[in-house]
Amino acid sequence: MTVSDDQPWRDPSAQPFLRIKGLSKHFGSVAAVDKVSLDIYRGELFCLLGGSGSGKSTLLRMLAGFETANAGSIEIDGQDMADVPPYRRPVNMMFQSYALFPHMTVADNIAYGLKRERLPRAEIASRVDQLLSMVQLGDFAKRKPSQLSGGQRQRVALARALAKGPKLLLLDEPLGALDKKLREETQFELMKIQEETGVTFVVVTHDQEEAMTLATRIGVMRDGEIVQVATPREVYEYPNSRFVADFIGSVNLFEGRVSEDGEAHMRLDCADIGAEIYVGHGVSCTPGQRLWVALRPEKVRVSTQPPAQSHNVLQGVVDEIAYMGGSSVLRVRLANGKLVHVTQPNLDRDDAHPVSWDDAVYLSWGDTAGVVLPV
Amino acid sequence: MKRGWFVPIAASLGFAFLYLPIVSLVIYSFNESKLVTVWSRFSTKWYGELFRDPQILQAAWVSLKIALISASVALVLGTLAALVLARFGRFAGRTLFNGMTTAPLVMPEVITGLSLLLLFVSMELTFGWPAGRGLTTIIIAHTTFCMAYVAVVVQSRLVDMDRSTEEAALDLGATPVRVFFDITLPTIAPALVSGWLLAFTLSLDDLVIASFVSGPGASTLPMVIFSKVRLGVSPDVNALATLMIAVVSVGVLGSLWIMNRRKPTNRNPQA
Repeated sequence: MTVSDDQPWRDPSAQPFLRIKGLSKHFGSVAAVDKVSLDIYRGELFCLLGGSGSGKSTLLRMLAGFETANAGSIEIDGQDMADVPPYRRPVNMMFQSYALFPHMTVADNIAYGLKRERLPRAEIASRVDQLLSMVQLGDFAKRKPSQLSGGQRQRVALARALAKGPKLLLLDEPLGALDKKLREETQFELMKIQEETGVTFVVVTHDQEEAMTLATRIGVMRDGEIVQVATPREVYEYPNSRFVADFIGSVNLFEGRVSEDGEAHMRLDCADIGAEIYVGHGVSCTPGQRLWVALRPEKVRVSTQPPAQSHNVLQGVVDEIAYMGGSSVLRVRLANGKLVHVTQPNLDRDDAHPVSWDDAVYLSWGDTAGVVLPV
Repeated sequence: MKRGWFVPIAASLGFAFLYLPIVSLVIYSFNESKLVTVWSRFSTKWYGELFRDPQILQAAWVSLKIALISASVALVLGTLAALVLARFGRFAGRTLFNGMTTAPLVMPEVITGLSLLLLFVSMELTFGWPAGRGLTTIIIAHTTFCMAYVAVVVQSRLVDMDRSTEEAALDLGATPVRVFFDITLPTIAPALVSGWLLAFTLSLDDLVIASFVSGPGASTLPMVIFSKVRLGVSPDVNALATLMIAVVSVGVLGSLWIMNRRKPTNRNPQA
C-alpha cells in the first residue's frame, strides 16, 4: 500500500469525494459557517471538531440538505448538491438524538428508507436482517425503540442510516448520549463498521478524544471557520495555532521574544517564565518577534535533582497533584507565580510519588518538545 | 413530606362539590315518583318514557349529526391552522393569525352566535346560500368555534414534537407529504383524538350559539332540554342527562386510554 492509498489527501492527483467550496451560512447577522472550503476523500472517516457554536452542526446539516447555504457549493462525487432536496441526496444522517420513529419497530425503522425505494419485500427483509446482525440486534427486530437501551438505540440509528447504502454518512455526535465505558466500546465498533462498509463518514463531535480515536483526519472549527485540517497526530503534535494547541488536549503556553535566530536553532526570551527557551530547529522569524511555545504536559520531565542539560530547565514548587489512575497531573508553581502542568505516568503500584506537595523540583524538556507558534 | 389530613379532606370536599349534583341527578333519574325532588322507589320507567318521546329522539339525532360533522371538519381545519402556526416560522401577519385563531376561545358565545346569525342572513340575501337557518348553519357555526380548540391542542403537541424524526424520514428518502402521513400524523395522533373528542363534546353541549343560528326543524338536544326545563323539571330530563353523562364519560375515558396506550413509545426507560 502506498502513502497515497492510505492518505489520499497527500496525493495531488486524487479526486476528492466531497468537495466543499466557499460555503457560508448566515443566521441573521451571525455567520454560523463562514467561507468553509474542504475536500474529503472516499473512505475517509473525517471528524469535524469544535466547541458549541462553532458551526460544525450547521455544516453537517447543509451537507444533509436541511439548511441552504447563503454562498458556496457542495459537490458529492462530482455532482452539485445545490438544488437537490434532502430526500434525493445520496447522503444519510445519523442524528444526535437518534430520531428513531417511536411508533415503528426496530425492523420497520431500518426498513423505512428501503421501502421508499420501492424495493421488493423479500429484498428489504433480507437487507434488514443483514443490518440487524451487523449491529448485533438480531433478536430485537420486533421491539419498539422505547424498549431498547441507549446503546441499542444508537446501533439501530446507525443501521437505519446505513440501510440505503449511502455514499456519504453524516453522524452528529454519534456517541454523545452514551456513558463513557460504552462510548469507548462503540468507538471501535463504529470504526470496524466503517471499514467493512467502506462508506465515507463525516462525524461531528465536540469530544476531542473521540475525534482522535476515530478520525483519519480532523477539521478543527472555530466561529464558523475551519482553522486546521490534519491527521489526529498532526493536530496534536503540530497544531498551527494557540487555539488548536489549547483546544486539543492540555498545553502549557509560554510567550517570548526571539533573542537569537540561528540556522538550526533559536532562542526565545520568555518573561512569562523568567527564563530562556532553546528550540533545536530553525524557525522562520525575525529577532525581537513575539512567538509562543506550546509544550504538552507529558513532554516535561520532573526531577528532584538538577538535570544534566543546561537549557530548558525551570525550577519550581509542587503546588497540586491530581491522581488520575494511569497518570498524575502535577501543577508546579515557578518563582514568578506562573503555573506549569506536567503529566507523569504512574509506573509502579506502590510508588508513593517521588515528588510530593511543596517539594522543590526541576522541570526540563527536550530541544524539539515544544511547538513554536506565531499566532 | 408526611401526608396530613388536610389534603384528603380538601380533595374530598372539592370532589363532592363537583360531583354531588351529578350523583344526585343520576340517583333521581331512577326515581319512580313524578316529583323530581321526592324519592319514592327505584324504577327505570323514565328511561322508557325517554325512548318513546319522538321530540327528544329527533333532537338527539340532530345533535349527534351536528357534533360528528362539525368535530370532523374542525379537526381538519384546526390541524391545518396548527401546522401553519407551529411550522411556517415567522410570516407576515402571523401574530394576527394566531390571535384570530384563538379568539373564539374567549369570545362571549352570545356575540359569536349573534355575529354568525347576521353573517348567515346577509349571505342568504346576497348569494342565496345558506337557504334559511337549520342543520347547515349550526354545523358551520360549531365548526368555527371548535376549530379554535383543535388548533390549540394540536399546536402544543406539534411544538413539543421532536423535529429530528421528520428530518430523519426526509433524509431516508420520504417526500415532505409522505413524511407528514408517516411520521407527523402518528406522532400527533393522541392530540388529534383528544382535539376531536373535545370538539365533539363542545358541539354536543352548545346551547347559546345553536339557539342563534338554528331554524325550524333543527332543534338540538340542549335546546329541547332547555325548553322542557322552562316548563318545569320533569324526571325524564334526569334520565336524559344521565345518558349524556354516560356517553361523555365513555368518550373521555376512551381518549385517556388511547393516550396512555401510546405513552410508553415516547418515554425513555433509561432516564
